[in-house]
Amino acid sequence: MAEFTLPKNSRLIKGETFNAPEVAVNVRNFEVYRWDPESGENPRVDVYQLDMDSCGPMVLDAILKIKNEVDSSLAFRRSCREGVCGSCAMNINGKNTLACTKAIDSYSGTIKIFPLPHMQVVKDLVPDMTHFYAQYASIKPWLETQTPAPADSERLQSKEDRAKLDGLYDCVLCACCSTSCPSYWWNSERYLGPAVLLQAYRWLVDSRDENTGERLDELEDPFKLYRCHTIMNCTDTCPKGLNPAKAIAETKKMLLQRQQG
Amino acid sequence: MAIPSKRPTSPHLQVYKLPLTGLVSITHRITGVLLSLGLVLVVWLLSVLVSGQQAYADMQAIMSLMVFKVMYWGFIYALFFHLCHGIRHLLWDAGLSFEHAKLNQYVLIELAASWLLTLLTFILV
Repeated sequence: MAEFTLPKNSRLIKGETFNAPEVAVNVRNFEVYRWDPESGENPRVDVYQLDMDSCGPMVLDAILKIKNEVDSSLAFRRSCREGVCGSCAMNINGKNTLACTKAIDSYSGTIKIFPLPHMQVVKDLVPDMTHFYAQYASIKPWLETQTPAPADSERLQSKEDRAKLDGLYDCVLCACCSTSCPSYWWNSERYLGPAVLLQAYRWLVDSRDENTGERLDELEDPFKLYRCHTIMNCTDTCPKGLNPAKAIAETKKMLLQRQQG
Repeated sequence: MAIPSKRPTSPHLQVYKLPLTGLVSITHRITGVLLSLGLVLVVWLLSVLVSGQQAYADMQAIMSLMVFKVMYWGFIYALFFHLCHGIRHLLWDAGLSFEHAKLNQYVLIELAASWLLTLLTFILV
């Protein structure tokens, strides 16, 4: 259900400020969401003043600098540092993106860093992704076939059929889009959300998949698919430049075409 | 070790900067609700039309008050805005106008069209 305000235990309190060393000349402020599960306190926003002359170019570099030099208790996910693993997805200055591919210089002034919106927080910038992954598993993200595989080759695709997967297979499941979607905020227990629906479409259009009908049956549901109201936050925010909203629209079209025979 | 407390929900509306498309989307909803409420007043206006000369004159007096004039034109703008974004929804349902780079441009076209239609109504009525 739509709940526009945060529950009592989630409201932000003022945090600490960590000043930059006095010798620093090129200083920028980073406000970072902090929550320690063992403190019993509400989440807070700490302010870190960082010396940009000794910091890498990306927002992730700044977060690493905080962890390495200022406060080692800061928790966040990161791995590839080049936008292919999707681990460091977070809300930076009001928009979801990957911290590793977002340059600090693309923002002016203070940089505000929050976990992905409307998620249960495990610690600091680490949201609980269990439900998101379970939803992903529910669409059976693997090739399903009825016919036996060819004896002497893989299941082949024409170049044209392969091209249909461009802009779909590139999704890294960072959840930036799903957690930017107000519809997903209010209905995530039943609505699959843009990321998972884009993946569902990826298997619907795969020329080698032979369970298209069953896949469409699964999606034909007022909540799973049709809670998408084309708000377009997903396409706007995708750090990989993909278009989940279009994939969802194409899925709706497929359902309609099937109905019309 | 302390017992971990209940996990907080991360901030959403509190921190998210809605893009232009998102703002138009919520405005579409709000104008939809306002138009439904406004229609009750429209029905009342229509009913007054058939209630005789005195009622009609009273209605005209009320409708010439500034606050009702603003409401009246607000209703007309809301109607055209809702119509324009509704057409956008039809295009979307046909799988059109999803280009990432042009999202804001389409919104500006919608807004311009709704203002233009309101202006046209103002001139013609």
